[in-house]
Amino acid sequence: MRDKVTIRLFRGNANGGTETDYEVTTFPGMVVLDAIHQIQGTQDSTVACRWNCKAAKCGSCSAEINGRPRLMCKSHVEDFADSNGVIRVHPLKTFPLIKDLVTDVSINYKTAEKIPPLTVSEEIPRPFKMQQIDVERIQEFRKCIECFLCQDVCHVLRDHNRKDGYFGPRFMIKIAALNMHPLDSENRLRQLKEEGGIGYCNITKCCEEVCPEHIHLTDNGIIPLKERVADYYYDPLKILIRKIVGSKK
Amino acid sequence: MEQYTIYDQDVLVVGAGGSGLRAAISIRQAGLSCGIVTKSLLGKAHTVMAEGGAAAALGNMGEPDNWKVHFKDTMKGGRFLNNPRIVEIFAKEAPDRVRELEEYGAVFDRTPEGLISQRPFGGHTYRRLNHVGDRTGLELIRTLQDKVVSYKPTVYMEHTLTRLLMDGDRAVGAFGYNRQTGEFVVFRAKAIVFATGGWGRMYKFTSNSWESTGDGAGMAYDAGAELMDMEMVQFHPTGMLWPPGVRGILVTEAVRGDGGILKNNKGERFMFNPEYMPELYKGQYAETEEEGYRWLTDKANNRRPPELLPRDVVSRAIYKEVLAGRGSEHGGIYLDVSQMGADYIKRRLPSMWEQFYSLGGIDITKQPMEIYPTIHYTMGGIWTEAETCSTSIKGLFAAGESAAGLHGANRLGGNSLTDILVFGKRAGDHAAEFAKNADFGKIDSSQIEDEANILLAPFTNQGKENPFKITQELQEAMQEGAMIARTEESLTKALDKVIELQERAKSIHVEGDRAYNPGWHTARDIRFMLKTSEIICRCALERKESRGAQWRLDYPDASEEWGKINIIARRDGDAVKLIHRPVPAMAPELAAMFEEIK
Repeated sequence: MRDKVTIRLFRGNANGGTETDYEVTTFPGMVVLDAIHQIQGTQDSTVACRWNCKAAKCGSCSAEINGRPRLMCKSHVEDFADSNGVIRVHPLKTFPLIKDLVTDVSINYKTAEKIPPLTVSEEIPRPFKMQQIDVERIQEFRKCIECFLCQDVCHVLRDHNRKDGYFGPRFMIKIAALNMHPLDSENRLRQLKEEGGIGYCNITKCCEEVCPEHIHLTDNGIIPLKERVADYYYDPLKILIRKIVGSKK
Repeated sequence: MEQYTIYDQDVLVVGAGGSGLRAAISIRQAGLSCGIVTKSLLGKAHTVMAEGGAAAALGNMGEPDNWKVHFKDTMKGGRFLNNPRIVEIFAKEAPDRVRELEEYGAVFDRTPEGLISQRPFGGHTYRRLNHVGDRTGLELIRTLQDKVVSYKPTVYMEHTLTRLLMDGDRAVGAFGYNRQTGEFVVFRAKAIVFATGGWGRMYKFTSNSWESTGDGAGMAYDAGAELMDMEMVQFHPTGMLWPPGVRGILVTEAVRGDGGILKNNKGERFMFNPEYMPELYKGQYAETEEEGYRWLTDKANNRRPPELLPRDVVSRAIYKEVLAGRGSEHGGIYLDVSQMGADYIKRRLPSMWEQFYSLGGIDITKQPMEIYPTIHYTMGGIWTEAETCSTSIKGLFAAGESAAGLHGANRLGGNSLTDILVFGKRAGDHAAEFAKNADFGKIDSSQIEDEANILLAPFTNQGKENPFKITQELQEAMQEGAMIARTEESLTKALDKVIELQERAKSIHVEGDRAYNPGWHTARDIRFMLKTSEIICRCALERKESRGAQWRLDYPDASEEWGKINIIARRDGDAVKLIHRPVPAMAPELAAMFEEIK
């Protein structure tokens, strides 16, 4: 392992910025977040980054390391230094920049507000009885740590900037966790199809690739939801049955 | 005078971890406006780090568990320094709060009958920790976050508060800054809830995030509130040890609950050494390794292994093993769960597997982990009244880790997640009640000016001190002198260093402007850290006995007299005034019950 590596760090704010090189001293197990802390502590205390747990559990320290969306706390410097010992660290590109590595991710919180919480009918007996096998698939989605790396990499949001038309992968699986909850009584398909914009996803699975929790967002979440939406809106037999027996609210 | 923005809320909640969010739900349910202030983004608070589960005596596992057993376990775990009425409320209300969480959308692991599954944990007589794999804290905070958002409070993300604003003897607001812009903010409120968490950041090897700087306790103390049991800092037995980049990161107690064993460099399960068994727990734990193994599959007819003794006991044993030269390669102890098989481990402990694999390069299904105690939790905090969570300052309420009284001298694993639910709700309910009968009060602007000057001084200061350097020196001093094993000498040395650093902190200088400037943020945080550290050292020096987390090598035994005393710390000008206050007596029916189930 090298004694020193160079962090080629993006410095700037909404008005623009440039890359600046910082040389840091390495130690065994050092992650990129350690390198940023070293820069703050010994070279430039104004370097801005978010972090909390430093254990890949809170999803705060998202950045683009050598162009790939990653958690800085989970990225070892020795895995990312190139042949010249250089690591490029940039902020998430999809969100407006505040300063250095800190971006304005507030749109995600606004989207979350649009999704109604779990709704369980009064008639369901308490305490709830659910089988492990029935909750396991939604537990996968509930592992999400809201690092927003999937939102960052999603080309609908990143390249086409359709934040007005598509909630993004994080919120597709959030709705999936509710829609597939054994006791939820809310019809979530309308929201998925309309303001959620599930149709925008064309299943490139980039979100799955960057998820630090290894959630199968597309395979286990978005695809089954697309099928449910298609069934609900376009299956003539089901439309007929609903006309006769009624549907969820 | 500096510019600032004023926000009015009926109730101000400071902190957006579990207790803050649960309080906010109650406040909105009561029909009042509520502002939640958080230093981070929503959902990132330290609650996400909780792993093992939330302890509540639901009795889902076919064992005769009930609130009384939970009460008894918690009092014992706290070495009877806890406020018995707080513990009683806690044990009684915990099951309802957990079930309510399920109503809000939490998806716990299930028993074969379809109920919430409960796992064994240190110091709990029965399987009592309601859990979701080993990421229960994340489940809890996300559930509360989703629920609270549906009630539409105003959430002020990335705002730091540094001063409680007073109207005479009543708290009526708080002052601080917006981290993103550096602009000053004033919150005016009819009641305030502090849900500000702990202060584990004062130590070098810590499982705590940057947020745990003790600003809540510090602000309350500055305003004259009583702090209690500040000497009680919990060292979790199992923190990651190697490589250095991961040192201190938490390894959940669930590893031991699910079959993990502790071994020294001779391969011995040293927790079976009778020397480590406290009198209080004798006869209640397995005495042979065979029984310990049998317990994993037959809990009714065997006793649990001694690896599941309370945290203070296990931490001390690890300390002694390493000191005796029986430590691991890097000066810790081995924690081995590999014998449980890869499938089981990946199902029961998925986030531990991931954590060791991706951060430490170790596959725990094949290799033992190297661990050493890490700072984890602060039992002490702002003194609160049992029923209402009110503090000694009118209009100020406190809950969760920032409050004291529930855990006594040592917290049992799993009691924290239910603490924040039970007392988050109570603090919210009672703050709302208080606010309904109160006005906004008057804020004398000199308080704001004074604090603004303190905040801005590092920009114009001619000094040369670096806030990160001072933090580092503080962490080293506390790690050295106020860790697991303490003596008068070590504590005095730490205290002297803290006082020296307090002086040097006056000369901190920072560069740049006020927009998202970590150096500037740290310059203020460090003042809270230094004050809280000073109080920890003074209280630890004062308590001349060993009890729970307080282990004094020069006073190795528990003393009957000290067992009846909580140490209160209160500001007296610039000095810390210590008061001996009798531990509240157990109500006769509780004391009788204690005898009956003992």
